[in-house]
Amino acid sequence: MAYVALADRGQELAHPHTWIGKYVWCQDHKVIAIQYGGTAILVGVVALVLSALMRLQLGFPDTFSIITPGEYYQAVTMHGMIMVIYLLTALFLGGFGNYLIPLMCGTRDMVFPFMNMLSFWVYLLSVIILMVSFFVPGGPTGAGWTLYPPQAILPGTPGATWGILLMLISLAVFIVAFTMGGLNYITTVLQARCRGMTLMRMPLSVWGIFVATVLGLLAFPALLVSAIMMIFDYLFGTSFFMPAIISLGEQLDYKGGSPVLFQHLFWFFGHPEVYIVALPAFGIVSDVLSVHARKNIFGYRMMVWAIVAIGGLSFIVWAHHMYVSGMNPYFGFFFATTTLIIAVPTAIKVYNWVLTLWQGNIHLRTPMLFAIGFIFTFIHGGLTGLFLGNVVIDLPLSDTYFVIAHFHMVMGVSPILVVFAAIYHWYPKITGRMYNETLGKWHFWMTFFGTYAIYLPMHYIGFLGVPRRYYANGVTDFMPESVQDLNAAITIAALFVAATQIIFFWNMLTSIWNGKKAPHNPWNANSLEWRTEQTPPVHGNWGDELPVVHRWAYDYSVPGRETDFVPQDEPVREGGGEHRT
Amino acid sequence: MGGEAAIIVFIFVAVGFAWTWLWRQRVTEKPWLQEGLVDDHPSEIDHTQPPARTALYVFLAVVASVFSLFFSAYFLRMEYFDWRPLQEPGLLWVNTVMLVLGSVSIQMAANAAKKSNIDMVGLGLIGTGIFTVAFIGGQLWAWQMLVAEGAYLYSNPANAFFYLITGLHALHIVGGLYVWARTTRRVWAGHPIHEIHLSVDLCKVYWHFLLMVWVVMFGLMLST
Repeated sequence: MAYVALADRGQELAHPHTWIGKYVWCQDHKVIAIQYGGTAILVGVVALVLSALMRLQLGFPDTFSIITPGEYYQAVTMHGMIMVIYLLTALFLGGFGNYLIPLMCGTRDMVFPFMNMLSFWVYLLSVIILMVSFFVPGGPTGAGWTLYPPQAILPGTPGATWGILLMLISLAVFIVAFTMGGLNYITTVLQARCRGMTLMRMPLSVWGIFVATVLGLLAFPALLVSAIMMIFDYLFGTSFFMPAIISLGEQLDYKGGSPVLFQHLFWFFGHPEVYIVALPAFGIVSDVLSVHARKNIFGYRMMVWAIVAIGGLSFIVWAHHMYVSGMNPYFGFFFATTTLIIAVPTAIKVYNWVLTLWQGNIHLRTPMLFAIGFIFTFIHGGLTGLFLGNVVIDLPLSDTYFVIAHFHMVMGVSPILVVFAAIYHWYPKITGRMYNETLGKWHFWMTFFGTYAIYLPMHYIGFLGVPRRYYANGVTDFMPESVQDLNAAITIAALFVAATQIIFFWNMLTSIWNGKKAPHNPWNANSLEWRTEQTPPVHGNWGDELPVVHRWAYDYSVPGRETDFVPQDEPVREGGGEHRT
Repeated sequence: MGGEAAIIVFIFVAVGFAWTWLWRQRVTEKPWLQEGLVDDHPSEIDHTQPPARTALYVFLAVVASVFSLFFSAYFLRMEYFDWRPLQEPGLLWVNTVMLVLGSVSIQMAANAAKKSNIDMVGLGLIGTGIFTVAFIGGQLWAWQMLVAEGAYLYSNPANAFFYLITGLHALHIVGGLYVWARTTRRVWAGHPIHEIHLSVDLCKVYWHFLLMVWVVMFGLMLST
């Protein structure tokens, strides 16, 4: 059968001519990606400010009493929820997923452009609903980002009326938006790749985003189900999760519900969520390392299998978040085992990243610095995960700052470093301009050392038993005075890192106008997004013909070649002449 | 312990399915050794398969996981002492028949579309609409009967699950009716058969799927 690419089979791209049509109600995947990414980063800045407020309270409780205990819990909750879902998930899948999938797979757009546009607007709606909760009576919910019942909807918890309701509704709306986007990502990868782009020729970024989307589509329903059931408990007085309880001296009408049931549902979503964020980061970092080390990614097949294996395993580890939640302790044995097994494919990935660097022709440009920084922070956070995955070690550490340090290293700092790597790496393609390399390097070193200054000390105070979630520690026997000194130092480091991000925003915004004009392929990379005729690519991405792929994306430094890269769409030479091993 | 066994079986089936699919896409080959065009490769895209069908299957996987999570929550919640099984109204049997008839007539419409028999397509679609609306009406009536008996949403977790899951199922059917209405309108407006063939076929898949969800749900409620 003659090969007719999907995008060229009578599928009309809507080419609007008004400004609003091009940049607001736009169906171009690249514009939608920027809309998604911009919104996610904006709402992430809100979460960053909240963390600064929390740190001011913790570091200098007597000097800066800006927030009350109730507001502290609201800040904790909103910071966590925004960072995990509205920033990282939206940015990796809605932002990079949208931008990279069609370009890397060699198609003109997503398969359902209208639904793709709708996905963004519904996501924006969920963000607006969430932001509105700052301004309703009682403020946003302060139940903790895990929203555990019964306290999430009982009086006494900040925002237990409007706040929690808006949070649950916003999550449900977000899931609708994600489902619309996710259907697009999956169908585009499965059905719209260009000729020659077999699954095993796809760049690892696409593999990571693809598997993460599968995880999202199967895991977010658990959050939806728990959100709906909690809304019913709150509004209609059902007792899905709410046990018989006396609140403020008054016997409530609830009876017999199971808070642990909520936790099972929540973490059945919550653990895959970690990998929804991590897998795209794994994929992107693999591509960045390979391009800037001028070497093929080490163990491509193993990298793909590891992504798939991690995705599968992530569904059977959820209860390791619940060792201290009153669940049957014998379950802990099973979940500790699966948790430790997941370290195997993860370690394969880490070794392969390091081996990709081995004897590479390493160019320490800004994206490469961030990618290497990621390897450090990820190993660091991963190793502390081995501690917490074991039940007996988790029990004493679970409610301490050790956990804060662990998950911020592994799923806060690490993915964010990849976000920066990715933004710097693809900035020339997205904007058509080069960023300022000096500022980029300053940004990296200050962020990298700054985050270590924040999270390394938290491991120590965690070992001391300093409890997390506390508004103020007060005076106790087990905490030496130096804990407070360390807390002050952490706060200073946190404010420093937060301020450092101004360099990033300054660099990104001013380079749009002042940056050097970017060549089509500034890093001499192989994958298709660098092969467009225009930079930034126009609507429709390619010229009259779609690209045709002749090789995988990692032909760097191939012996016998005059250049150290062979783009994916370059045909095989007459008579071969390349040495392949 | 039946629940755990079911989960383990489910995991094995899911892993087996995923692995078979990946195996057929040749994820074991070494891409670095392979150059040039590979038009006979199994993971080259089958362009006879419309993307909308792929998207529908993925969407049904999402809906399936929503309902299976509700069912597992149902099982877990059932073990608590305050669970009082609900007396399902006999009307639900009638509703089941309505939904089956809806599925039968959409199947007829799809078969007719394959044979380019546009009149039968229209007839089948109208039958689907009537039976499906009858199902929804019947569900609302069943709710009325339960409320009249004093079985309110909040009086027992079994009731709450009943209203919640049947309500969600009905909402999915209403969503299907929206697509059904668009398809029927296009048949009415005299669009050529090849333009509506796919829509009718996708409606068929969706209807059969929701019938399956209903049968599992109804069976679960009758047996507990």
